[in-house]
Amino acid sequence: MSASVRPERVTNLADGEWHRLHPASPLLRGGLVFIAVLGFIIANLRERLVDMFLVLFAPDVLRGPVDNGFNGWQGDWANDPIGGILSRGLVGWAIAALAVIIVAVVVGFWLSWRMHTFRVTREAVEVRSGILFRSHRSARLDRIQGINVNRPLFARLFGTAKLEVSVAGQSANVQLSYLGSALADGLRADILRLASGARAERAAKAADAALPTQATQAAQAADAAIPAPAGTPAAPGTSARPPVSAVIGHRVDEFLAPELDPTLAPPESVVHLPLGRVIGSTLLGGSTVWIAILIAVIAVGFSTGQLWVLFSFVPAAIGLVSYMWSRITKSLRYTIAGTPDGVRIGHGLLSTGNQTIPPGRIHAIEATQWILWRPFGWWSIRINVAGQSVSASNEAAQRTLVLPVGTVADVHRVIALLLPDAASAVEPVIDAGLTGRDGAGGFSSAPRRGAWLRPFSWRRIGWAAADGVALLRRGALLRSLTLAPLARMQSVAVTVGPIERMLRLASVRIHTVAGPVTPFLPVVDRAEAVALFERLADEAVERGASDTSHHWGAVRAESTRAR
Amino acid sequence: MPEVRDTDEPVGSEPAEPEAAAAPAEPAVVAPESVVEPVPLVAPESVVAPESAAAPVAAPHDSGWLRVSPKYIVVEVIGSLIGMAVFVGAFVVAYLFWGQWWALWAAIAIGVVSLVSIAFEPRRVRSIGYRLRDDDLLFRRGIMFQRQVAVPYGRMQLVDITRGPVARALGLADLKFVTAAASTAVTVPGLPVEEADRLRDELVALAETRRAGL
Repeated sequence: MSASVRPERVTNLADGEWHRLHPASPLLRGGLVFIAVLGFIIANLRERLVDMFLVLFAPDVLRGPVDNGFNGWQGDWANDPIGGILSRGLVGWAIAALAVIIVAVVVGFWLSWRMHTFRVTREAVEVRSGILFRSHRSARLDRIQGINVNRPLFARLFGTAKLEVSVAGQSANVQLSYLGSALADGLRADILRLASGARAERAAKAADAALPTQATQAAQAADAAIPAPAGTPAAPGTSARPPVSAVIGHRVDEFLAPELDPTLAPPESVVHLPLGRVIGSTLLGGSTVWIAILIAVIAVGFSTGQLWVLFSFVPAAIGLVSYMWSRITKSLRYTIAGTPDGVRIGHGLLSTGNQTIPPGRIHAIEATQWILWRPFGWWSIRINVAGQSVSASNEAAQRTLVLPVGTVADVHRVIALLLPDAASAVEPVIDAGLTGRDGAGGFSSAPRRGAWLRPFSWRRIGWAAADGVALLRRGALLRSLTLAPLARMQSVAVTVGPIERMLRLASVRIHTVAGPVTPFLPVVDRAEAVALFERLADEAVERGASDTSHHWGAVRAESTRAR
Repeated sequence: MPEVRDTDEPVGSEPAEPEAAAAPAEPAVVAPESVVEPVPLVAPESVVAPESAAAPVAAPHDSGWLRVSPKYIVVEVIGSLIGMAVFVGAFVVAYLFWGQWWALWAAIAIGVVSLVSIAFEPRRVRSIGYRLRDDDLLFRRGIMFQRQVAVPYGRMQLVDITRGPVARALGLADLKFVTAAASTAVTVPGLPVEEADRLRDELVALAETRRAGL
């Protein structure tokens, strides 16, 4: 902290000034690799180094054997560079070169930390970085699609967190890695509040008043070794440094604290996952079938002596098992909760992460139930969000999976959290959408001739509309209920193929941003499809014009004032 | 690429035949394929009143179904012919140099299929229609596989004009509408250039006034 922008302790990062990241950031981002490489080299050259220092400082002890060794390797630089250096008297130069390299790396890290600054203004989050090639990235607050705070294991040891602001668009995310753990939480709340369009000055004043008191409380708590709340600020880098034991106790408390701060959300809105359900659902998931197939193939190959089978299928089996393992660990300590600034999804045991999706950012929701999950009544929920699910990477898939596995009651709660405005209207039709058939419970039913195209699931296929949300129900083996808020529908299509035309049927598709969910109604009566198409098109325009959820805070302020 | 469509086409084209014959017989109908798709999806007069007060930019009143330029048939036919020539040529070469009999049959089959599909080209181009309504754009195309899409103006992210070599020679342009959803895939082909430019400016202005977040 020798050269800080603001020497005094910073408690509010969203004050429009330029700030720096946590001083340990370079170490966490790349330095660990450097240290690991250095340690590896030293471990491998240990004997050589010991010999070398013996030669330098106690030449009498080992003269004979060392000389023999060097004579044998002399000139063979590739196998023994240190022997070569030593035998030619270049030790001083080698040490100097090493020192230069180390100094260069340290200076590089320091410079990159110094040049990496960010600020949060009323309009945007801006980041400047780079030593030689400067980059300046700015993300408009009203385009923010979600904020993620991730705490990998090493970062947690340092009491830091990575904050990522996701914006619609490929690789348009703004990353702040790393920040002090509590500062990251505070910054997330501040950005969301600024983005919400709420009266910023008043709220900022309140936050300014709240944060220092919280900090002092936390310091007292750490001194007294009382379990501190999860949101206490990180200590390193402060001028008044608490004793080491307090820091360690503080870290331990952070590790043991619940992932979701209980003061953040009303407990009745929180959904938890029991461990047994996570493991059971993974074992009964689709990947289990693949593992069984793979094991069968491997066993057959092994018994018939086809060894090539081992080489080609064993890696696949290992990959699948590791996928299942990561699924289980990612689902541990999972919580989803409704906070005033959006839905907060947190997970992870050692490396934790949480994601906050502001209201009005969810483009489609799908609850699915695989046939093996049916006896247990388990469902999973996926969503489409702009900008996050474009790449098919594991992490993106994780982010769109809002509820890894839950009961019907959990589905009700999660949907109510995801669609707060339409919750009361959608609530009564969810049950019919999840398990119902035919025309019961407000859903339209597909005509009987749809059985030609969908022999198993035609009785499940149907649609309903509730308060600007289209509910599409389909699937018998893989039951699925898709909810599409029409305020964010991009377009709607009705298609008729030759067989469908013969059967007087059609299919309807709602286009949303890219993601794991495709709102799709495979079989509808022709006339009904046209009526539905018209209705969706009209309602999308109407809802889109009246939708204000992207400025949720301003609306809330207006409505409270009106009241 | 044209081959895919060509193979689709004649497979089911027998049942479509009477319609294809019927459609040109009633030129007075506005819609390209009134037989297949119910045209009066929305009564034109039902949607005029509410919008004029809300939007500062004059909302376009319902344009009715508009067709693309008939010259676009030429573009499609030339494209199909080139595709056919490449594939037939490849198989003929395979036959001549390696004496593969199946290659000759494949060449003949592709040639026949392509020619049949080219014969349907005017009908297919006539099936392309677009319609500007108060708040959204309707687009449809296809004889066998019909698709109709509605894109609200406020959801358009950008409007793109592209011109291929043949289309440029004929003074045509393609107008592509891009929303945040990749699957929207609405491209109105074969518009006269000045019409495409005018439409683009109009739609961009409309999209700006109706913009509603993402």
